[in-house]
Amino acid sequence: MSTHDTHSHELEPHGDGTLPDRFENPGHPEHHQRLGDLDPKANKKAERQVLALFTVSVVGTIAFAVAYFALGDPTTDPTKIASATRTENLWLGLTLAFALLGIGTGAVHWAKTLMNDHEMSEERHAIASDAESREAALQALQDGAEDSGISRRGALKGAVIGALALFPITIALPLIGNIGGDWNVGKLKHTMWKKGTRLARDPSGRAIKASDVTIGSVFHVIPENLEEAEHPLDEKAKAVVLLIRLDPRDIKSEQGEGWSYDGIVAYSKICTHVGCPVALYEQQTHHLLCPCHQSTFDVADSAKVVFGPAKRALPQLPITIDDEGYLIAQSDFHEPVGPSFWERKK
Amino acid sequence: MTTTSTPTPAAKAAGATADYLDQRTGIGVVVKTFARKIFPDHWSFLLGEIALYSFVTILISGVFLTMFFVPSMGETTYTGPWSSMQGVEMSQAFSSTLRLSFEVRGGLLMRQVHHWAALIFMAAIVTHMMRVFFTGAFRKPRELNWVVGFTLLILGMLAGFSGYSLPDDVLSGNGLRIADGVIKAVPLIGSYTSYFVFGGEFPGQELIPRLFTVHVLLIPALILALIGLHLLFVVLHKHTQYPGSGRTEKNVVGYPVLPVYAAKAGGFFFVVFGVIALMGATMSINAVWNYGPYDPSPVSAGAQPDWYMLFLEGSLRLMPGQAEFVTWGGYTVSANIIIPAMIVPGILFTMLAAYPFIEAAVTGDRREHHVLDRPRNRPFRTAFGVSIVVAFFILALAGSNDLIATHFHLSINDITWAFRVLIFVGPWLSFVITKRICLGLQRKDRELVLHGHETGRIVRFASGEYIEVHKPLDAHERWLRVQHEAIRPLEIEPAEDSRGVRRKGYALDRMRQRVSQVFYEDRVEPVTPAELAASHSHGEHDALEADVHEPTQVGGGSHLVEPDAETGAEGRNPQI
Amino acid sequence: MKALAARRHDRRAPIVLLLLALLLTGGLYAVLAPTSADAAAAAPSASDIQTGEKLFQANCATCHGPSGAGTASGPSLIGVGAAAVNFQVGTGRMPAQQNGPQIEAKPVQFDDEQISQLGAFVASLGAGPAVPTEDQVDPSKGNSANGMALFRTNCAMCHNAVGAGGALSRGKFAPKLWETSPTHLYEAMLTGPQSMPVFSDTNLSPDEKRDIIAFISEQGDVAPGGLDLGSLGAVSEGLWAWIVGIGLLIGAAVWIGAKSS
Repeated sequence: MSTHDTHSHELEPHGDGTLPDRFENPGHPEHHQRLGDLDPKANKKAERQVLALFTVSVVGTIAFAVAYFALGDPTTDPTKIASATRTENLWLGLTLAFALLGIGTGAVHWAKTLMNDHEMSEERHAIASDAESREAALQALQDGAEDSGISRRGALKGAVIGALALFPITIALPLIGNIGGDWNVGKLKHTMWKKGTRLARDPSGRAIKASDVTIGSVFHVIPENLEEAEHPLDEKAKAVVLLIRLDPRDIKSEQGEGWSYDGIVAYSKICTHVGCPVALYEQQTHHLLCPCHQSTFDVADSAKVVFGPAKRALPQLPITIDDEGYLIAQSDFHEPVGPSFWERKK
Repeated sequence: MTTTSTPTPAAKAAGATADYLDQRTGIGVVVKTFARKIFPDHWSFLLGEIALYSFVTILISGVFLTMFFVPSMGETTYTGPWSSMQGVEMSQAFSSTLRLSFEVRGGLLMRQVHHWAALIFMAAIVTHMMRVFFTGAFRKPRELNWVVGFTLLILGMLAGFSGYSLPDDVLSGNGLRIADGVIKAVPLIGSYTSYFVFGGEFPGQELIPRLFTVHVLLIPALILALIGLHLLFVVLHKHTQYPGSGRTEKNVVGYPVLPVYAAKAGGFFFVVFGVIALMGATMSINAVWNYGPYDPSPVSAGAQPDWYMLFLEGSLRLMPGQAEFVTWGGYTVSANIIIPAMIVPGILFTMLAAYPFIEAAVTGDRREHHVLDRPRNRPFRTAFGVSIVVAFFILALAGSNDLIATHFHLSINDITWAFRVLIFVGPWLSFVITKRICLGLQRKDRELVLHGHETGRIVRFASGEYIEVHKPLDAHERWLRVQHEAIRPLEIEPAEDSRGVRRKGYALDRMRQRVSQVFYEDRVEPVTPAELAASHSHGEHDALEADVHEPTQVGGGSHLVEPDAETGAEGRNPQI
Repeated sequence: MKALAARRHDRRAPIVLLLLALLLTGGLYAVLAPTSADAAAAAPSASDIQTGEKLFQANCATCHGPSGAGTASGPSLIGVGAAAVNFQVGTGRMPAQQNGPQIEAKPVQFDDEQISQLGAFVASLGAGPAVPTEDQVDPSKGNSANGMALFRTNCAMCHNAVGAGGALSRGKFAPKLWETSPTHLYEAMLTGPQSMPVFSDTNLSPDEKRDIIAFISEQGDVAPGGLDLGSLGAVSEGLWAWIVGIGLLIGAAVWIGAKSS
């Protein structure tokens, strides 16, 4: 048998014997006094705690100033710059944190323990304006439209809209005209590799001999004349190449006849997915892995995609050697390098 | 003033100032309305404040940084104290960032505070958004405020992306390269848009100064304006409140701005700033001297963007590459980039932004709502929200797949495949599970109301019967569990009127009804006084026959509101 | 005598005695315990090669073949040189025990003398890279700025910007470099173990290798900004922002919203 105390009033039947459809809101619960409200000693203690917290903040600020001057310049000893910076960062930061947290916790503790915590209630009014105001607003707009005469003068309406719609062209034209540089998107299709350009080490720029490249090694390559370009970084963003030597018997296919030299192959380093450098060479599987989205290319098989979100193989750079034994390009890539774009095959 | 004694000098001065202002601005009315305005008190209402205060922290630390940062891609050679960068060619942006970190006293602290604050800003927005979603605070009249908040989310992401790209280091530079690749994938205008953004080919010389303007001027201006609007709405609509005794749709119960909220909210600002300062003091973030100045050739393992962009990263990693194709005219359509980078996020974000309007259309509810929902009382909405969160979470995990691989010694390829499956299965499964949990919790609430708390006291009657004593809920406990409305599927006018003429607009209504059934068919209704009375009259069989005495069970097949079923006398469908 | 006896019952006496005993034991051990062989090896003698061969037959021939020419289970070691042996055996990777996507470092099974003997034997099979000298791997002689530039281009994509390690495909990975000895770093670059490419001296010159070693030796130490959180980048930063930042702040919010007692 469940032991009830008295039934709550929601269960008392109505005068006609029926129960209400839904329960009714019982109204505000009783207010609980805090310890600080009942006991003056507890109240005093809370006040002292708030004072202490604000004092912590002041101490923190003073400590910040002391640390700032006492710690001095971390660059005085370059060999210890890392630990000196770390010390400065730690002390300035900790003292700052205390200066702030002292104020924050002090204010909150004050509000929680000492300020009047009786819950109060405020009425909500409907958000919408009353019917009268809405009428008046509507009338005001209508009167305004009447006075302007715009409803009768259709041509004026069209003209004002037309003029307003057109004038942004005065800003947009020079902005858009200049913002895209020379707008020559055709440059995306070519790189600075030409017939005879020597392959050089990145970043030093020293040319590479075929005999330098051993089986299992990978060289990161730039055109030898990269620094002479007008915009070296822009050119580098298209021209970087990976040079890998495989055992010629392991090469299953390549993108063009005679494009490799004695097992040395050169492929574009720019991923055909969204353009990260495909830099990870796994020697044993001869796969190139891009660290950004894990597109994987098989160097021994025309660098075609074996996993990941890329679709196209890495473009191959046709190479050979010049009469001094240095590796040179036979020509530019035979297709645009890097990520796909709408007109890349045109 | 309530005293009748002579006012103190300070009080006199304050009075004079107030009078001066009021004579010129009429500010008295505002002060009257606002000073003792009531705000309800709950910790979950402070989540938005975490976002606001971390934004203020961002502004303060950001101004400091702008005093030293040089937004230029002009080349310079480093001659500062950090030894592993000695003699290295780099942009002025990168060089000034190194200077901020090592030569400006407190500069590294400000950089770290700024970046931690940005991460917390985004995390707080997401947490706050979840609270608003799961409690239904986006319902009328607050739908517009939801849209404003959603826009703030997007602006925050853009602010973060533009911000961490400013130092022009290898990690963020590769992020920009990826952004360029995504832009180029846009059909027709992709390459032109790329030129638009970068001022020519990638990387160009224009990007960092442009990002600086975006990051320091355009986006903060928009964010501040929208925050102003967001807070204006909160004041206009008054804050929502959790259900409870004494709280109705027509009142706000809480504490006044002066002094309680001023102290708590003001104090919280200092707490937020203080916690961020603590993090900036002790935890290293964005150590660009380790990444090096941007160059298109190098890249580091573990190449990920800041956490709030990870869903995009994961999306790009999961998509198989075969989707790219060349059209009949020889034009390349990179569906393998368009789908993960534009379509999937587009769908997820649109669903999120439009949800208030979808739910309003489905329920047909045009009333104002100021009392919040307990998430369990809205199973479909809660389950839907969880599945969206799970979708984003799975994408974020997919974006960290190489770190998962190294930490748990797994194959990155297997992880990718697992997430390719999970991105479809996960949200669906979490929807089903969450909905069932909500319904289960609602049933538990019913049990509690009908039968009270188990006290653990066993009583044996002389007849030999054992029962457990239950303590009934008091009025306040009970109110919390019975105050919600059971939303039922839409009832619509029948297909034909009394003369057998088919009604126009019936097909649309029928579709709305079907959608509403998906939302609200499975439900547990709150206990009514009649049910409670009935359970009391059968009190001695409390523990045994509970199932039998519940007149209103979970809605299910047998209680479908079928328009094709027999219509009642009034021509309307049978009531449950 | 009496004064001493009077002090003998001081309650701190046992502790002092214990400390003295420990000092004595420790000191004796340091003096008398055998030291490991010096890393700089003298030219291998014929007996070294013979002992090496015996070790080889007992521990390596099963997979690498009795003449080191390789079998289905292990590649040929002809021409890999003493450097490869010093690396593989010196980091415990060899003898390989477990099958998996890659052979991982584990506790070293041989002492330095045995390793150099194995190296001498393998070197005798065919000319290959030799173990580098102390001078070649001395971090203090390298230029860490140049080392970082080289590391950034050639190594960071697998090993992470500061050598914290990274993932490769199919469960393989590039390990963390912070605890690897300078000699082993040099040898790994030179011989290209497992998936790692071969950085021969024509690719990265000996000086450049030393510069890279100088750079790596400075990593994993003091992070100027505080705790380095693993130096793993934005993902770990985001994780900690949620755990520490949002965790603490939600905690503060709960405190603020709670009614005071």
